[in-house]
Amino acid sequence: MPDRTHTRQRVHIDCWVFTLLLALTLPAGSADEKKIAVFSPAATYSILVVDRDGREYAGLLEVLEPLGQVSSRTDGLHWTLRYNQVEAEFTNGKKRARIAGHDFDLPANFVLENGRRGLVPVAALNYLLPRILGTSVNFNPAARRFFIGSVAVHFTAQISRTAPPRLIMNFTAPVNPSIATEPGGLRMTFNRQPLVAPGTSTLTFDDREISSANYSESNGVSEISVNGTVPLMASFSNDGRTITIAPAPQQAAAPPPAATPSAGSVTGAGPVTPAVPGVALPTAPLQPRHFYAVIDAAHGGDDRGATLSDKLLEKDVTLALARRLRQELEARGISAMTLRDSDANLTLDQRAIFTNTAHPVVYIALHASSSGKGTRIYTALLPAGGENNGPFVAWDTAQSAALASSQAAAQGVAAEFARRQIQARTLSAPLRPLNNVTSAAIAVEVAPPGTDVMDLTLPAYLQNVASAVANGVAAGRDKLGAPR
Amino acid sequence: MIPRHLLIAVAVMLLAVLVLGFYAGRVRSRVTQFPSAAQDVRPVTPPASGPTERVTLYVAYDDAGVLRAQVANIPLPAARQQRAEEVLRSLLGTYLAKDSPHPIAAGSEVRAVYLVDPGLAVIDLNAAFANGHRSGILEEELTVASLIQTLAANIPGILRVKILVEGRDRETLAGHADLSDFYDASAVSQLAGQLQAGQ
Repeated sequence: MPDRTHTRQRVHIDCWVFTLLLALTLPAGSADEKKIAVFSPAATYSILVVDRDGREYAGLLEVLEPLGQVSSRTDGLHWTLRYNQVEAEFTNGKKRARIAGHDFDLPANFVLENGRRGLVPVAALNYLLPRILGTSVNFNPAARRFFIGSVAVHFTAQISRTAPPRLIMNFTAPVNPSIATEPGGLRMTFNRQPLVAPGTSTLTFDDREISSANYSESNGVSEISVNGTVPLMASFSNDGRTITIAPAPQQAAAPPPAATPSAGSVTGAGPVTPAVPGVALPTAPLQPRHFYAVIDAAHGGDDRGATLSDKLLEKDVTLALARRLRQELEARGISAMTLRDSDANLTLDQRAIFTNTAHPVVYIALHASSSGKGTRIYTALLPAGGENNGPFVAWDTAQSAALASSQAAAQGVAAEFARRQIQARTLSAPLRPLNNVTSAAIAVEVAPPGTDVMDLTLPAYLQNVASAVANGVAAGRDKLGAPR
Repeated sequence: MIPRHLLIAVAVMLLAVLVLGFYAGRVRSRVTQFPSAAQDVRPVTPPASGPTERVTLYVAYDDAGVLRAQVANIPLPAARQQRAEEVLRSLLGTYLAKDSPHPIAAGSEVRAVYLVDPGLAVIDLNAAFANGHRSGILEEELTVASLIQTLAANIPGILRVKILVEGRDRETLAGHADLSDFYDASAVSQLAGQLQAGQ
């Protein structure tokens, strides 16, 4: 038995197999998933679209949860949703809905799944959301992109007639697209920026080397493709508000084109290359994206985690908390990636592989419990065995070299909780995939502040917890180091 | 006219029928109060025999989230493997008791403990134990630490522990505590120290 376990799990962490796995797994998963991207001043996130009776549906709770205080209750076939002070009533199998006392007809029947998940036709969101949210909403159904409030980012593109020529793109807010160079051009993908189309989707430039740029958007993502007759490179300046595209230097044009990893269920935002204020011409080749923190909303999909109450599942609490934590980290200038941003299945091995491939400084797994009060912060309890063999690191004890950093991170987060008078305890735990992660790795288990487990859904409490974790991580930056 | 002695005989017979009927009803209801064999989830392991010895059980307390060392006197057989099983059965008995500080599912049982030299112990638990266990990092790690620390404290020479369920590998106890690997007894001892301190 020990031989079998050790043989199975001896993996070289930096091995190309991981990169290959990531490249194969992520795009395959993302290609099949239909998503709606929601951009709002409070949060940017995506939710999965499901097909029911040949129509596209979305979970209304999932859409509203990151935006404010939302709850639901089921009474037989009737499903009532409450968002802040607005109440919306739906009936399973019926088109008629009632929002804030007014009746509306959905384009297709409302669907109530598992007695708690209310699905509405995607086409109905355009007029449901303004009434529930009480604010203006702009929906592009073809691209499945939602803009709540005035969040849109616009851009201009202008060719500079220098030698060599430069295409200067100015954005109304900082952007951080993933960039892929390819024969005949360069492609910038904006997963998390509310970029909107220019006046025309094709911009042509009277230049031989940089001839045109195309804007497109689909499945929640927008993309700008710059077409050229020579290999192109991009550089950032003006705090991410300006991207300058120019022919690559001769020595950089020789290697085969490289693409940054695309994000499937993995979403996040982070710098592509260090911005060089005031420098327009590229001076260095493109770097892969580096994230300081990887956030793992534990469980998901078929793995529901703990059943915290008859209405509350651990996987839902962890997802809500992960979204808030990502926002809190990004607000502190810390690039963060979430391993799942929807109700997706991820195995423990996949979570570790994705994390190790991303080479973050810190991995943060989020769990929730109905037991006890406050929070508990865990580091790995390493299992027996785990002999490294040269450059090959034992999978089960891959964490061993980073355990001291993990404990420092845990102490930093616990100190921040204590400062906010949230009960916190640091422990080690036999909890995968903490022991498989090569960087500092902690798990935060959140229990309700009092005796009512439903307090785990309180936005103020989740925000306080997320803010404390983000502060703890930010405070420990000097000890933990920079992204690799 | 019916003779008097015949009337008395019939009356006595009717009274006897009523009394016997009442008695039969009482007996039947008493029988149905006992669970059938299929429903009975109590362990079927015979009680241990041997001299009573003092053992230390590391008992989990959910209210404070801690482990506490408790001394118990239980009959222990001479053979090392059976001693290991009896110690863990005593621990589970504590958890199955009415006022349990760390309730576990009814019918939870230690199927066997195998001591494999050098220093490896394999604890085989039944499905009721794992399938009915509450989910949560702390709840699960209290259980695992309690089992391993109790075993290591009472059976000398244990260095590594593997936990099986119904004789098979299982990924986690109830979604959190890892059961796929071998536990290092010294690492669990340190964890037990953290849990005892209530840090």
